[in-house]
Amino acid sequence: MHNQLLRLDHEKVQRARQLAQAIALEVQEDILRHTTVSVERTVARFFGIDGTNQEGIPLANVVVDQVLQAGHLDRGIAFWLANAVVALDRTPQQIAEAAGKELRLCELPMQDPHAVSKVMEVYTEEALAAIRAQRQRREALQEKLGRGEEPLKYVIVASGNIFADVDQAKTAARQGADIIAVIRTTAQSLLDYVPYGTTTEGFGGTYATQANFRVMRKALDEVSEEVGRYIHLVNYCSGLCMPEIAAMGALERLDMMLNDAMYGILFRDINMERTFADQYFSRLINAYAGIVINTGEDNYLTTADAFEQAHTVLASNFINEQMGLVAGLQNWQLGLGHAFELDPKMKNGFLYELAIAQTIRQIFPEAPLKYMPPTKHMTGDIFMGHVQNAMFNLASVITGQSIHLLGMLTEAIHTPHLSDRSLSLENANYVMENARDLAKEISFKPDGLIQRRSEAIVDQVVDFLAEIEVKGLKTAISEGYFADIRRSKDGGKGGDGVILKASDYVNPVMDRMQRELGVSPSCERGETR
Amino acid sequence: MSSNDRMIKPYGDSWGDGQVQLSFTLPIPAGPKALEAAKRFAAQMGLQGVQVTHMKDLYGFSHFILYGSSEYSIDLEQIAINEDADEAMSFDEVNSFIEAEIGRKIVVVGACTGTDAHTVGLDAIMNMKGYDGDYGLERYPMIEAHNLGSQVPNEILLQKARELKADAILVSQVVTQKNVHIQNLTELVEMAEAEGLRQSLIMVVGGPRIDRALATELGFDAGFGPGTTARHVSTFLARELVRKL
Repeated sequence: MHNQLLRLDHEKVQRARQLAQAIALEVQEDILRHTTVSVERTVARFFGIDGTNQEGIPLANVVVDQVLQAGHLDRGIAFWLANAVVALDRTPQQIAEAAGKELRLCELPMQDPHAVSKVMEVYTEEALAAIRAQRQRREALQEKLGRGEEPLKYVIVASGNIFADVDQAKTAARQGADIIAVIRTTAQSLLDYVPYGTTTEGFGGTYATQANFRVMRKALDEVSEEVGRYIHLVNYCSGLCMPEIAAMGALERLDMMLNDAMYGILFRDINMERTFADQYFSRLINAYAGIVINTGEDNYLTTADAFEQAHTVLASNFINEQMGLVAGLQNWQLGLGHAFELDPKMKNGFLYELAIAQTIRQIFPEAPLKYMPPTKHMTGDIFMGHVQNAMFNLASVITGQSIHLLGMLTEAIHTPHLSDRSLSLENANYVMENARDLAKEISFKPDGLIQRRSEAIVDQVVDFLAEIEVKGLKTAISEGYFADIRRSKDGGKGGDGVILKASDYVNPVMDRMQRELGVSPSCERGETR
Repeated sequence: MSSNDRMIKPYGDSWGDGQVQLSFTLPIPAGPKALEAAKRFAAQMGLQGVQVTHMKDLYGFSHFILYGSSEYSIDLEQIAINEDADEAMSFDEVNSFIEAEIGRKIVVVGACTGTDAHTVGLDAIMNMKGYDGDYGLERYPMIEAHNLGSQVPNEILLQKARELKADAILVSQVVTQKNVHIQNLTELVEMAEAEGLRQSLIMVVGGPRIDRALATELGFDAGFGPGTTARHVSTFLARELVRKL
């Protein structure tokens, strides 16, 4: 149980949650009518399709594009693959390889529906068994090795070369990091395919590939044993390949995924329907794999004012929570995001930071909240930056945050140098240990600045969500409700990869996951506390 | 300026002591060998009286903080920068200046180009609210500002500039690795020249790794680095446009 430093109006919180649920369910109806090229490629990957053709195009793209161009993707790639498996008595991988040459999936004769169903069932079970095995392996390792103490210290590596990333990640773990995020190369989110193999070149980060995931997982397993605590691995389940990355992460035992319902729309100008459909399947996969998602509300405050727009962060937390629950995620898997981004020159700014951080903490008591460091007001004065990060560390330990992304003193200058990461870990270790139980010793004045600021934010959130509930989420986004960014309903990248499902559409992986996770496809209300 | 005043070096706590602080990592574990390597490295950088105040082992690497006194001095007479021309006008002064000297709104198109997804810098200059109490270009009554956002290909930026009859384009490059920004910025200038737009456009680049010298070298009219706010940029644009008209 977290410290109850603030008195919350539980009726208002409940009202906000109900509004967010209505908002999420309205979008959900639309999600369930559509599939996307990336959802279908994900199914192909789950059926064992791996590798690329001679031009380097992933075979998952080859089969899905072929069926899309034939105009038959609205039945689902699972059907066409299974039909081919029955017709040719070959594996999906062999079929994909042949499809990269002369084979046309949609021109094969229709096979016995029972045999086709049976094939779909077999490959689905094989994929899900592999995911379950990784989930059990994680649980066993965490049981054996234990985990770091919250706030878990989260650092990034971003060298561009997966093998250099490995060295830096191991060093960071030895210095006390609990979570390693491999930053993706700039603009990978806009690639409509997942690159293949291990990679050694990238800009501002390293390509997310299944082989790179595997290399880093192995390294972190080794260092976990060495340091005697489980080191978590994170990557980006966002952009145009959201569900495919989820699948890769589930199979290679990533532990967390940056996975936001709206981030791609707002910050990458990806089509709304595409993002909503993709995020749903990706979250089902993350839910099934026991992966903790991290949502991206911190980004709102880099474009919008952190004081005036604090309520939009909390409102988005509510929406992300509901869209997560609808997709089968449990509360312990919802790493809802927020950030320490107030102007350091602001009088009492630290008090306002405490107010919003503690408010979010108490509203989502079971969620492993993701707390992001100052970025917007980091100036290149690394000495001042180090102090700003110390204040952030203090706010985090007082308000009981769970996933703490370490601020780097060289933020806004370059991707972290080795010594930056070391200084940053030292800073966090010092502040957090020194103030470990401070929150148990204090309470906020009932009529004080922090309590009143919290009440004002909660009031704003209820009004804000009520407005969105009336308009609908898509309209609200198109009117700039979040992050001061407007995105049109039909615009954005990847819209041509959204397909209306036919009445005989099948996605056996999605069906099984929905069934096992207990989330009804007919869009009944998700579980709430 | 006497010859004593014009030759300068870092001032720690007395004139001419040349004191600098340095922080870096060596790719070997901390120990006597690393310590000596750090000292020799600093000596080769021209530092004398090197004092290593901190050595920390980073598991296979070692972090150093050290002080030393530099043997080098800089002759101020050799630096040809006119500081008066850099004095930025205020928000109101810029608007009055544009109204009086140009008589119409200046059209400005801004973007984070290439693969860069980070709009923090561009937003600080362009957004209504601006940064650090200094309003952004969108707020200027005499500036028509268009913020195209992030990951804009160079060709789209130029196409927009043409459509909107822009007087100036602002390019922001924040996150960059292995100097990819240089390649991208060079390409933009070359494309503008190829399309015959270069002469009619004021081209400005900004970002944490950008300064005037680099910008000029790459063929831009100006470059703005850390600490820049909207009035620095607007002042430059207004004066430069008057100069070109």
